[in-house]
Amino acid sequence: MTNDKFISVEAIAKRYPAAGGGQTTIFENLWLSLPRGEFGCVIGHSGCGKTTVLNILAGLDQPTEGAVIVDGQAIEGTSLDRAVIFQSHALLPWRTVMGNVAYAVSSKWRGWDKAKVRAHVQRFIDLVGLTGSENKRPSELSGGMKQRVGIARALSITPKIMLMDEPFSALDALTRGSLQDEVRRICLETGQTTFMITHDVDEAMYLADKIYLMTNGPGAVIAEIVENPLPKDRARIDLHRHPYYYGLRNHIVDFLVTRSKTFTSSNPNHDPLHVPIVRPGIDDASVVPLQANAR
Amino acid sequence: MVSILLFCGFIAAWHLATRGSGEVAKMSPEYAALMGATATQGKSAMPGPFDVGAKLWEHIQRPFYDNGPNDKGLGIQLGYSIARVMIGYLLAVAVAIPLGFLIGMSPLMNKALDPFIQVLKPISPLAWMPLALYTIKDSSLSAIFVIFICSVWPMLLNTSFGVASVRKEWINVARTLEVGTVRRAFTVILPAAAPTILTGMRISIGIAWLVIVAAEMLVGGTGIGYFVWNEWNNLSITNVIIAILTIGIVGMLLDQVLARFTRMVTFPE
Ligand SMILES: Nc1ncnc2c1ncn2[C@@H]1O[C@H](COP(=O)(O)OP(=O)(O)OP(=O)(O)O)[C@@H](O)[C@H]1O
Ligand SMILES: [Mg+2]
Repeated sequence: MTNDKFISVEAIAKRYPAAGGGQTTIFENLWLSLPRGEFGCVIGHSGCGKTTVLNILAGLDQPTEGAVIVDGQAIEGTSLDRAVIFQSHALLPWRTVMGNVAYAVSSKWRGWDKAKVRAHVQRFIDLVGLTGSENKRPSELSGGMKQRVGIARALSITPKIMLMDEPFSALDALTRGSLQDEVRRICLETGQTTFMITHDVDEAMYLADKIYLMTNGPGAVIAEIVENPLPKDRARIDLHRHPYYYGLRNHIVDFLVTRSKTFTSSNPNHDPLHVPIVRPGIDDASVVPLQANAR
Repeated sequence: MVSILLFCGFIAAWHLATRGSGEVAKMSPEYAALMGATATQGKSAMPGPFDVGAKLWEHIQRPFYDNGPNDKGLGIQLGYSIARVMIGYLLAVAVAIPLGFLIGMSPLMNKALDPFIQVLKPISPLAWMPLALYTIKDSSLSAIFVIFICSVWPMLLNTSFGVASVRKEWINVARTLEVGTVRRAFTVILPAAAPTILTGMRISIGIAWLVIVAAEMLVGGTGIGYFVWNEWNNLSITNVIIAILTIGIVGMLLDQVLARFTRMVTFPE
């Protein structure tokens, strides 16, 4: 087993029966890998199949073809090793904040007594800044607070992999920033392997080590893997002062704005097994003129 | 407030309508004594509100007397009916809720059992009566069986519907936490489906209470339905009215109890 491919998505396809009787291919022959301890981020337009990829990784959904291998083993269904933070927080409305997190904790450690579970849960509620709201129900929380409970729930089971589906998209900018800081700190500290989906370019640049650019569906492909050229000890506040910042940002934005639509037709020889790896600003010459064109 | 005014208006109208307006026929005093007040004083055959009130007071004072099979206190008769409804209803709960879970959680069972449910559901519970009497050979047990059969369907359908329509994301939460089927049924599906299930239970208790009166009229012996029929045979319209009133009030109370349970398990989204 290589640490290089801690998560390895191998030739997966997802098809749904189409209205006319045929089949719609959301994506096919999709390959993707992420080393242990790294932060991977998929970015792409709405409806291209990002959630589908994440659900397959989580084991919630089966690929029509292909397999997902995690830590040397093909995954079969869901696992406590892979925690999911859902796009729609998915809290149980009849449980309190404490109850929702405790549900996860007591599912992982069946033998723990109440006091131990509570203490463990409290640590993670404090971590996401919800101290004092332990006994509130989800209906009494703001959207941002709900999502934080979702994060606490996922973190509390100390998973091997964290899978996040646009976890911060419903948050206000300030909360989003502090939660990004929190998530980044935890991931660096614990060496957490994380796979995230986002729409937000800055979020991807701050958090991710690898950014997978996905084209529009149907028949979506991973067009490029962008290796983040920004230093590992980057801080959110002065990210934009880094010399590679604009090169990276423009490259991603340019992909989303124009190339994501035309990529498949303009690159007929695209090999999904050997997706080009680019490091805008460091070694990718094609980025330099782009930088000059930057809007 | 408006309810009270309406009630007073109704009582007044009832009083006026029954006060006595009929023709008074001329007859000998002996014959008049035989005919009773209805014919002699022009009093309506329909009892007025004060007759009913007085009789009701009598019943309330002595709810549990027992003077043989044809003359038992209102309380005893009600007790029989409520006991039958409760036994039949609880049996139905014990069958319908687990079965509803099975149907709701397994699409295969849903398909397999659906035709039976579709055929059995529209049968009037009273149509089972002869069959029940023939096989069980006990009128009281037959009444319980009829209650069972009529309360089973709404609960079964609501449970299976509630279970089948639990939000997928909640199921997914349980799946990612590797929660087993049984624990999932109790920790996610049951609380999520509880409001729907209790709505079914509330519909069922209403139907059961409707059916018990009819069933007891048929099988006779004891119960509030038998009481109504017996008093009709005695031509005691006062008692019939009192029984109707009591049936309504008990039905309302049963409904309120279930409504309270439903509120208890309802969660705000
Ligand atoms: N059960 C289904 N049947 C048919 N088509 C489906 C089904 N589920 C998803 N799709 C289609 O698959 C595509 C990908 O959906 P997915 O939810 O993965 O998109 P997404 O990239 O996560 O979008 P967003 O950014 O809006 O969350 C969509 O076009 C959607 O219409
Ligand atoms: Mg999505």
